Amino acid sequence: MEERISHFLILRNINKNYGGVKALEKVDLDIMEGEIHCLVGENGSGKSTLVKIITGVVKPEPGGKIEIKGESFEFLDPLTSFLKGIHVVHQDLSLFPNLSVAENIAIHEHIMKKSGLVNWKRIYEVADRVMKRLGIYIDPHIQVEKLSVADQQLVAICRSLASDAKLMILDEPTSSLTSREVERLFSILRDLKSRGISILFISHRLDEVLDIGERITVLKDGKKVGTFRKEELDKKKLTYLMTGRELAFVRRSKGLEKKVPILKVENLTKYGQFENVSFELHSGEILGLIGPRGAGRTELALSLFGMNPPDSGRIFVEGKEVSFKSNRDAIKHGIGYVPENRLTQGLVLEQSVKNNLVITILERILNDFRLIDEERKNKVAEEMVRKFGIKTAGMDVAAKTLSGGNQQKVVLAKWISTAPKILILDGPTMGIDVAAKESIYRLVSKLANEGIAVLFISDESSEVTANCDRIMLMKNRKIVGVFKKDEISEEELERRIKE
Amino acid sequence: MMRKSRWKIYNQTEFYLFIVLIVLSTILAFVNPKFLRLENIFDLLRNYTFLGILALGQLVVLISGGIDVSFTAIATVSQYIMGVIISKYYIDNILVALAIPIPIGIALGLVNALLVYYTRVHPVIITISTLNVFYGFLMFITSGRWIYKFPPSFRNFVQIKILSFTSAKGTPYGLSILTLFWIIVAVMTWFILKHTNIGRKIYAVGGNLEAARRAGINIFRTYIFVYCYMGGLAGLASFVQAQLAQIIQPNAIVGKELDVLAAAILGGASVFGGSGTVPGAILGVLLIAIIKNGLVLMRIPAYWHQVVMGAIIAGAASVTALQMKFKSRRMVRKNAD
Repeated sequence: MEERISHFLILRNINKNYGGVKALEKVDLDIMEGEIHCLVGENGSGKSTLVKIITGVVKPEPGGKIEIKGESFEFLDPLTSFLKGIHVVHQDLSLFPNLSVAENIAIHEHIMKKSGLVNWKRIYEVADRVMKRLGIYIDPHIQVEKLSVADQQLVAICRSLASDAKLMILDEPTSSLTSREVERLFSILRDLKSRGISILFISHRLDEVLDIGERITVLKDGKKVGTFRKEELDKKKLTYLMTGRELAFVRRSKGLEKKVPILKVENLTKYGQFENVSFELHSGEILGLIGPRGAGRTELALSLFGMNPPDSGRIFVEGKEVSFKSNRDAIKHGIGYVPENRLTQGLVLEQSVKNNLVITILERILNDFRLIDEERKNKVAEEMVRKFGIKTAGMDVAAKTLSGGNQQKVVLAKWISTAPKILILDGPTMGIDVAAKESIYRLVSKLANEGIAVLFISDESSEVTANCDRIMLMKNRKIVGVFKKDEISEEELERRIKE
Repeated sequence: MMRKSRWKIYNQTEFYLFIVLIVLSTILAFVNPKFLRLENIFDLLRNYTFLGILALGQLVVLISGGIDVSFTAIATVSQYIMGVIISKYYIDNILVALAIPIPIGIALGLVNALLVYYTRVHPVIITISTLNVFYGFLMFITSGRWIYKFPPSFRNFVQIKILSFTSAKGTPYGLSILTLFWIIVAVMTWFILKHTNIGRKIYAVGGNLEAARRAGINIFRTYIFVYCYMGGLAGLASFVQAQLAQIIQPNAIVGKELDVLAAAILGGASVFGGSGTVPGAILGVLLIAIIKNGLVLMRIPAYWHQVVMGAIIAGAASVTALQMKFKSRRMVRKNAD
């Protein structure tokens, strides 16, 4: 009988320098056959460089060793890596939105085949076989752009199975899934594991890492901290290993003072999105809004920001009823909105940090001729960078060069500089690492203490229980519960979200 | 998980185009009964073969996520070289005449492909530049001289009919052999797009370039195919145009870029790449043909034609945009459920 545990991939002494900067230093990694191995680390810790070396996209410095099923290489190239069965399910999924499910799954039938003609029958057979193997069904004729993100992800997984994956690398696979979809994904991953397929799971969500992973490798500043078995770790320890600091998630202490509600919503309804939503938000309060994805949170937020007109119900700002025709109206009433997807909605990525910062306050930096005063612009932007602790190589570098956490700070800064009375934050810590999260929490808490009312939309019960004064639970388009701080524990909240 | 496909016919752009085509034809038939005569329809098909072939080439470029506006210059150059060769050496063989412009077109298309791939500049910029370079060279060398002394085989070819009829008045008419070119190119393009690997790769590259690269699709080869195909068809179309006109003028074709783009976009091809079909591209050309023909039959002054064309393009583009909007709204609903 074959030995149950054997190595699929061994990396030894992997180094990679980018122009003098050490992206990876003496990194070792072992991945067993049929193992779910997690890779964690803060942004810039070298995770993506390591993945690129495994997939042959970049070459490591000489002196390292890569071994796939006993075969040694000094470095890999993309084709070799692919043919050895190493496949990546990218965070953006890399699907073809305009092609059918079947064609996406069997795309390598087009690429690898010598004959110039398409064998449509075979494409559908391949798709069918792979989906059956996973025990799922998605209409193979439908275009991928018409699927939900979760189904698209399954298509991406099917594609790597179709071309015989032995090691599947999943990069942040859960960042846009509902908790139920995450469970379905995990059961599929466990199923793959039982068939001897190895999985390298990369995520910022430590709860999930500790749930799905058997062993966890931690990277920090390009060096390997260690590989641990799940039983050796808990969330706190893992955080410490990643950041080198005890991040005691300081719980927000200042209680809320009863005042006139600055924002009041009565029976707000938009059919198919949210129903009979009523709540009050006070100055200086952080109100959490949590619920599974698809509960209607973002739709509600957009309605409060004037971008998604509700069908019925009333909104009051400072006691006066308002009806927003557009987000310009909402901004005039002192509402700021930081969107869920900072990359596509919150930042102009190619533009400089400076230009991104001042975009909401152009009025303030005009000179007497109503033209932009460069000097004033520099001054204002520098002040913001200092105030919000944005780490950037300079004022003129493109926003895309910043880390996720710092990009998020730029988005926050530009809205806060409009002096909003009400700030809606939609998933402000999504996809950023723990240390950056912590600094966002501090910032939000500080803003609330300065009197801004914050509506904090989140997926994570740990962050709302630690940082919000009150928590609203939204499920199936309705608000199903409101809890005061300390009235509900993280575990209890998590249970109610999932039930 | 069960999800039935929604391949309903009314979801297809082609269906709407077809309806519009029928409605317009009916209106025109009422205004002027001449319109629906076979004679008029055959004339229309012959006269729009040039546009039809170019629109099919443009369709392929648009699907790949690119765009080519230099095809008029490519057509002019290949047509002119053909004219010079067959009139100077008096080559009285239509097959030789036909064989000249196509490779020239392919060669010029290759220039586009190389520039687009290596410079990574947006193809609209590249092809505007090559349009001017190709056309400028030709004007410089020829000083715009016309060519009109062709051998008999070249003069007679255009008279060939694949279907012949005689009208009530006794004048013969029929389906021109030139229209057969359009039909052949349409079938060929459909086959390439639907049933060959390169065709599917063109859709993949236009749908998601980065994913195509990651999947190991050879982007370079795809670009070469796409721009050379457009170039080759421009060469063929220039032959058709020379046949119809029986005169080669260096300034006859340049300026038709927008008609071709309009036809392709009207037919449902997206300027963002990844979508478009052969039936759509044919319907787009027919629609433009009928509208222009209708305006003539209704004796509307020529300047109004431009206004109508402009309005139609704006309208068609808006309808497509609205469809996209509804689609995304449905997605929001679906995700909310």
